[in-house]
Order: sequence, then C-alpha cells, then structure tokens
Amino acid sequence: MSAISNPIAARRAPGPATLAWAFIERQTNLWKRYWAWELVWLVYGVVNTLAITFIAKEVEAVGIAGADETNDLILFLLLGTLVWAYLSAVLDDVSLVITWERWEGTIEHTLMAPIPRWVHLVGMAVFGVMHATVRTSLIFLIALPFFAVDFSEANWLTAAAVIAVGSVSIAGLGILAGVLPLLYPERGEQMSFMVQAAVLLVSGVYYSVEVLPGWLQVFSAVSPATYILEGIRGAIVDGDTVGESLGTLAVIGGFGVFLVPFSILAFSWAERWAKKTGKLKRQG
Amino acid sequence: MKTALKATNVNKYFGGGFDYRRLLAWCTPVKGETPPPAHVLRDVSFEVERGEVFGLIGANGSGKSTLIRVLSTLLLPDSGTVEVFGNDVVRDAGAVRALINRVSADPSFFRNMSANENLLFYGRVYGLTPEEIKQLVPEILERLGFEKDKAREQMNHLSRGQQQKIAVARSFLTSPVLMLLDEPTTGLDPRSRRDVQRFIREVQKEHDATILLTTHDMEEAEILCGRIAFIAGGRIVAIGTSEELKDRVAERWQARGLERERLDINMEDVFMELTGRDLEEDEEPVGVAAG
Repeated sequence: MSAISNPIAARRAPGPATLAWAFIERQTNLWKRYWAWELVWLVYGVVNTLAITFIAKEVEAVGIAGADETNDLILFLLLGTLVWAYLSAVLDDVSLVITWERWEGTIEHTLMAPIPRWVHLVGMAVFGVMHATVRTSLIFLIALPFFAVDFSEANWLTAAAVIAVGSVSIAGLGILAGVLPLLYPERGEQMSFMVQAAVLLVSGVYYSVEVLPGWLQVFSAVSPATYILEGIRGAIVDGDTVGESLGTLAVIGGFGVFLVPFSILAFSWAERWAKKTGKLKRQG
Repeated sequence: MKTALKATNVNKYFGGGFDYRRLLAWCTPVKGETPPPAHVLRDVSFEVERGEVFGLIGANGSGKSTLIRVLSTLLLPDSGTVEVFGNDVVRDAGAVRALINRVSADPSFFRNMSANENLLFYGRVYGLTPEEIKQLVPEILERLGFEKDKAREQMNHLSRGQQQKIAVARSFLTSPVLMLLDEPTTGLDPRSRRDVQRFIREVQKEHDATILLTTHDMEEAEILCGRIAFIAGGRIVAIGTSEELKDRVAERWQARGLERERLDINMEDVFMELTGRDLEEDEEPVGVAAG
C-alpha cells in the first residue's frame, strides 16, 4: 500500500474482539433506547410461556393425564417455550443484522467501515446470545412460581453446555436468515420470519418430533434446534451428564462448524451481489 | 504530486436483470414490459491529485451519487477500474475503506442513539479507542460550531443542520486521506453551510486530505474546488478549473457570435453550455438506484 499519512491506515489495527465489541456496545445502546419494546417482548415471552404451559394443567383437569404425567408435560412445555424464547431471540437479533441498518438508514455507513464482515457478524451474534440470555432468564424467573416444577434431577452444567454449543449453530442459522434482507430489500425481513417459523414447526418445541408426518421429520433432522431441545430436556428432565450428552453435543457442534463458516460465506456472496445490483441503497 | 484517485472507463448499469417469469411455462413475457438496463455511468474517467479539492457537478440522476458509491466500495462497477492511492476499490476494498470516509446529503444515523453514542460506534469500527474518540469529538464539534452539550441528545431531537454537522464530524473523526462529500451542505441554513464549508477548507489544509465534493451549489463548487468536473447522463462532459471552464464557454459563445462579457459568465452558464441541460433536468429513473 502507498506510504500515506493516515492515522487509521498507519496504526496497528485493533484485534477482532475489540472491533466486534463496537457492535455489542452499539446494540446495547440501542437496546436501552428501545426499552419499551424490550418490555413488550418480555411480557409477550412470559404470557406465551404461561399460556402454553397451562395447557398441561388443562390436560390434568379434564382427566386425560394423571398427576405424574401432568408434571412431566408441564416440564416438557416449560422447557420448550423457554428454549424457544432463547433461540428465537438469538435468531431475531442475528437475522436482523441488515434489517436494523435499513430501518435506521445507516447500512451504507456501517458496511463501508474497514472491518471484516465476519467480525461484524460475530459481534452481532455475541450480542444476540447475551440479549437472549438476559431475556430468557427473566421469563424463567417470572414463570417459575406459577408451576410446581421438580428440578431435583436437573444437570445444569449439561444444560449450559448444550446452550453454549447450540448458540453457535443458531447464530449460524441467524446469519443465513440475515442474508435474505440483503437479497430481497422489500420482502427479505418477512422471509427471515418464515425461516424462524419453519424451525419452530419442525424442531419439537411443543411436541416431540415423532408426532410429525414422516416428510416433516426429514426437516427435523436438519434443524439444530431439534438437537438443542433434545439435549436440554435430557439434561433437565433425565439429569444427563455431559459425558452422557456427548453424542448430542457433537451433533450440535457439527451444525455450528458447518453453519457458521457457510453462513458467513453466503453473507459475503450476498453482499457482493447487493453491491453489484445496487440493492444496498434500497430501503425496502 | 501523487494521484489520490484514478477512475478509468467506469461503467455501471442498473435493472434489466433476468425475468424469472420466463421459467414459468404459462407466462409469456410481453415484449417491452421489462425495461432495458439503465446505463448510469458511461466510461467515466478522471484523476484527482493528492491534496486536491475536486468538484463533481451534475443534475439529479446524473450519476454523481452512483459514482460516489463506487468509490466508497458500496457498489461494484460493471466495467472499468477505480484506484484510491493505488488500491483497487474491488480487489483491495478493505484497504480502500481504511483510507476514505463519506458525508452524504442524508446524515444517516441511529436516530434513537445520542450523537456521542453514534460517534463512539463509528470511531470504534475505524479502530479508534474510546479515549481517542472522547478527546477528538469535542475538538471537532467546537470547530464546526456545534454546542458540545447537544451531543448528548438523541439524534432525532437535533435539527437537520445539527445532524449534518455530526455527519461531518463522524467522517473527519477518522482522519480519512480521501474524503467523499456527497452534497454535504444540501438543506442547511446559510450559517450552517458556511460553518461546514469553513471546516472543510481548514481540515483539507491541515491534514493534506484529498476531497471529492459533489454539489448542486455552483458558488460552493467555485469557492471550495480547485478543479471541477461536470457529469451529465452518466458521462463526464468537462473537467477543468472554474476559470478554464469559463474560458471554454467564452470561446464557444464568441465562435457563435454571441456578444457577452467574459466577466458576466457564471458557473451556471458554464454548466448549461457544456452539459446542454440545466441542473434540474436529469431526473432519477424510477426504480433505479442512480443518484
């Protein structure tokens, strides 16, 4: 490169973690400013969790199931709604990487910053995980007193390991969904929500995947959320240790190893295409 | 003198992509229904020397903003090359981004974040530390005539002029060696416009920055720019100093037998004579991202 006196070009570039932190800090500032929306999503999350879990009480009330089966069903639904609250929050935050910038009109200024795209995407994904952890923990704490749930068998370490490894694969899926608004400025956001809805349908959030028609179970097998839910239920309901969950963890990890580089590659390709066709400028 | 920016035969088309309805057996594409691609940059070639303030003047939709987007690595040219200090904007986009920054007519900020929070974010992604940003921001804002306390307010509480000053501050915060100013004073009141123009002149002298300025304002172009290029219909139709361009028009008028004093020729006359149109004439094609 030419010898020119530019303080930014001349200085030692900050590490990826420092650059990624800029996005985490920015999203945190935005989160604080949009606190009313955060409250709305928290209330929605709590109501959704309660509304779905109370179905188990109804099952007991009409005599379909006994007390023990009801408790199992409560735990099954409670874990399903909580894990989905977490996964959908991560998916939302990551897949909105472009949509946020379009809403605010900042897309061109952010994308012309001298920052590798993977650092940008990882920064957004880390914020998504932090944000989802806080929101889901609050939903869990608020919903818990409504049900007499027995966590005596739970292995929290395994659950944390499943969530940690699973977050990587879900972030990969989120980045992949985030490609859609780049390709389709007008309809991409809606298409991202459809991806989220499809994951909800096939992953066994409120029912086991075995009840799905065979052709839908094919999609269950390729959704990382299926294995995350399986791992969490194994850890909390059956008390599976990390050793016993290694198979599930390996599958979830495999999704992450494939999805993250693939989604970043797909994002870079889509960004290049948007720059070729002038779709970055379009506000949707 | 070193070349800061070199554009060679740059062409850009928009629209006219593949019509997916052709894949549907029951859909017969109607001839002429799909408009042909719009040719928004046509063999654009020019050079800007280091330290120069170079003006690019054209009507709406003439291709100014499209060209700025190509230079900013936000748009890929369909053919031709652009180099910024020897770095190709397509192949070495990362290196180019570290050397440039841009102010556009639309300030483009996170509206619900404060000015300080916005500047913190944009400084950080250019590699500045929070300490450096906290030190530089008040200095730049003061020189722009911006009240420091206002920087704590949300962007959507600031006036258009104040937002534009923050946009200028954002760009100069990162000390770019090539600054792309895309109609930076559009919509500003006369005082804010003067503040921004003064700041641009000062920074250009102090930091030896190269500036490419697009504007509708002929007076602004004449005051700030060493050389000016006129762009019309996506093509560069004339380049020179304001005096050279006026001389060229005077010669043309003389050749046509028009009696008019050389001193009476203003830049609007020059623009209309050399481009064959006035500043309002080229309108942006509907549905096309030309600018």
